[in-house]
Amino acid sequence: MDRIPILRMGETLLVTIQVDMQDQTALTLQDDLASQIAKTGASGVMIDISALEIVDSFVGRMLTSISGIARILSATTVVVGMQPAVAITLVELGLSLEGVRTALNVERGMELLQRAREESSLGH
Amino acid sequence: MAIERAGTLPLQSEHNIVASRQMVRALCQELKLTLVDQTKMITAASELSRNTLIHGGGGTMRWAFVENNGRAGLQLVFEDQGPGIADVALALTDGWTSGTGMGLGLPGSKRLVNDFDLQSAPGAGTRVSITKWK
Repeated sequence: MDRIPILRMGETLLVTIQVDMQDQTALTLQDDLASQIAKTGASGVMIDISALEIVDSFVGRMLTSISGIARILSATTVVVGMQPAVAITLVELGLSLEGVRTALNVERGMELLQRAREESSLGH
Repeated sequence: MAIERAGTLPLQSEHNIVASRQMVRALCQELKLTLVDQTKMITAASELSRNTLIHGGGGTMRWAFVENNGRAGLQLVFEDQGPGIADVALALTDGWTSGTGMGLGLPGSKRLVNDFDLQSAPGAGTRVSITKWK
């Protein structure tokens, strides 16, 4: 089974999904991210899905669940790079990715995580 | 509706779900569907392949290039010999779930394609046919 690598960049964990994942691979990624957040004390998680040609309800649920787990562990998650055709399909499928923060690309995702860090250090 | 070319794929493991997505992607590209239509068809195939595996205990996906009044399309038929669905109308309602998912697979897939046909009865397995027209 493939395992998706998790890179650490300062206070951010970076995940780039580049393969068509089996369901089990997605579940493993969810578990790996939860333990990495706890272990490193990362305050941000960025998931780059620009290479994904589809996001079905299973992967959508994984993204929602990672965001929830990270939030409880005091980290902000941002999903970046979703292709327009994927966004159109997700909405028609009925999946709104509620609670998942998104950004158009990696750069904007980094800005979003930086703002989230500043807000939390100000006690907002 | 005339069938131009057809084939069958097994759906017996998670690995087969990935294979079915890749097969459907290649077929959609061959049919020259738009990128959005390709994405919708592959996503629907992914949902229905998973249903066949998880709820139906495994089965097959048959594919066919079809033609109707000069219009070309791709038809996918997902079949299993599993427990079947007691209330088909209820299963097509958003949010209804047998417990393991979010209840989007069937109604969501229906919205992503042009034609959708679901046949099932308790103990008689399930057959879902979807078609995307060019």
